[in-house]
Amino acid sequence: MNLRLSDEDQARLAGEYGPANRMAMSILVRMAEVSGASEFMDITAAHIDSAIYTGEATMEFAERLASLGARVVVPTTLNVSGVDEHGWREWAVPPDWADKARRQMVAYQAMGAVPTWTCAPYQTDMKPVFGQQIAWGESNAICFANTVIGARTERYPDLMDICAAITGRVPAIGLHLPENRAGQVLVRLEGVPRRIQEDEEFYPVLGHLLGQLAQDRIPVVTGLVVAPTEDQLKALCAASACSGAVALIHLVGVTPEAPTVEAAFGQRVPEQTVVLTMAELRAARNELTTAVGEKLDLVVLGSPHFSLAEFQRLAPLLVGRERHPEVRFLVTSSRMMSHLAEQAGSLAPLRRFGGQVTVDTCILATPMLPPEIKVLMTNSAKYAYYAPGLLSTQVVFGKLEDCVRSAVSGRVERDHSLWEE
Amino acid sequence: MGRVIHGAPIVAGEARGRALVSQEPLSFWGGYDQQTGEIIDRRHPLSGQQAAGCVLALPAARGSSTTTSVLLEAVRAGTAPAALLTDGVDRFLALASIVAEEMYGRPIPLITLSSADFETLRTGQWIEVQPDGSLHIAE
Repeated sequence: MNLRLSDEDQARLAGEYGPANRMAMSILVRMAEVSGASEFMDITAAHIDSAIYTGEATMEFAERLASLGARVVVPTTLNVSGVDEHGWREWAVPPDWADKARRQMVAYQAMGAVPTWTCAPYQTDMKPVFGQQIAWGESNAICFANTVIGARTERYPDLMDICAAITGRVPAIGLHLPENRAGQVLVRLEGVPRRIQEDEEFYPVLGHLLGQLAQDRIPVVTGLVVAPTEDQLKALCAASACSGAVALIHLVGVTPEAPTVEAAFGQRVPEQTVVLTMAELRAARNELTTAVGEKLDLVVLGSPHFSLAEFQRLAPLLVGRERHPEVRFLVTSSRMMSHLAEQAGSLAPLRRFGGQVTVDTCILATPMLPPEIKVLMTNSAKYAYYAPGLLSTQVVFGKLEDCVRSAVSGRVERDHSLWEE
Repeated sequence: MGRVIHGAPIVAGEARGRALVSQEPLSFWGGYDQQTGEIIDRRHPLSGQQAAGCVLALPAARGSSTTTSVLLEAVRAGTAPAALLTDGVDRFLALASIVAEEMYGRPIPLITLSSADFETLRTGQWIEVQPDGSLHIAE
């Protein structure tokens, strides 16, 4: 093994920076060896997916580090936790779960991380900048940081991101290095009309497909004729990081490292070319729905966490309407975004509609849904992807307008006209 | 009758168990029930299979960053696979095993195989994993 450690890295490993640094550095060194890294490098920000409480093991890991005196040495944001700290009693969260998830939150805050509690840290004021070397966890955030911002992060698994934040060091591998950021798979959109590309369902569906075909490779997408919004790119990244392990997408003419196809591929030659037409997009769109029939128990929005812009787009759709008494309506977001939405006047219509907001967490990360919720509808490909396995629910994927319409009528209503042959 | 194939130990250890094999990557978050060891990704070919105590062979993990946490929970709960076989180095699975050793003194042996060797694995085989990364396989 030819891993070179700096004097400081060796001092960390030897415990000269305290026991938490020793534990974090020893995990990082073993990971560097597994990854074939030859050296470590500095990072200047971190996002901690380890904040998600999955059970006693993650709590014990956090409390072990905190009890050893761990402190983060770079600006560090926290991903969703396992509980809406102040709102969990409105839902079916068991008190024991809430207590332990909260202990884990306290442990990470004690290390000096900022309690952002969001899976969309790129929509906070701690958003990184182009070229910045960062250690981010949370698959959607990793993909967004690399793709949309052009910041540089490897895919950090839970439990490693916090080690990077404590030491400020990561193995110098993968997407941290410019030569590894070149495209690998050319994806040509053909015959995908502007009206489809403008449709809200397009980006989550495209992301779902990209994940399946690229897996952990870097796709380069051509044929986009409409500039996407930030929230559309968020949906794209989230979807592709579920169905595959995509950590970087080059959208030619859109994302910062892809002004042209040639620039996106750099020195690499495409190892595969895939043509995507309406046929593939339609099939992928259908895959995101598992429910049959019109029955509906919950409409849920906000994976990744709803942004201010999304709240502002939702609010006018709700004015003068009310949800059906048998369909709950939930938006998952961060404290910061819901606070901004409140100030912008976007939460009042949601409350009058009969909707609720959950912060700090999401339906996948906390056991909040009562068992009678069996069918949910969402505009999020991420919720659609994970809900059947994690929550044993059936799911309907549909655009925001259809989600609202369905919540009002009490049964699934979708407008397929754009997508039909 | 048996045969031996040689893999590279990413996290060395000894284990034995029934093979559970898929050519599809799996996200453990949303894909693995840490309380029971059942594969619960309803889109995955192993959906419904019990993986606790098995030698679980997957090309790689995919998707969520939380795969490592779920696997660590499974180690703590005693519902983890006995060993993991992959056809490339999977850092997420490696980390879970390394932290399981750090926290609980119970790493999951993790062996990476060549694609050619990986493709010879079949569900139901009895596999013994040796510390040097070799696998003794009874058909």
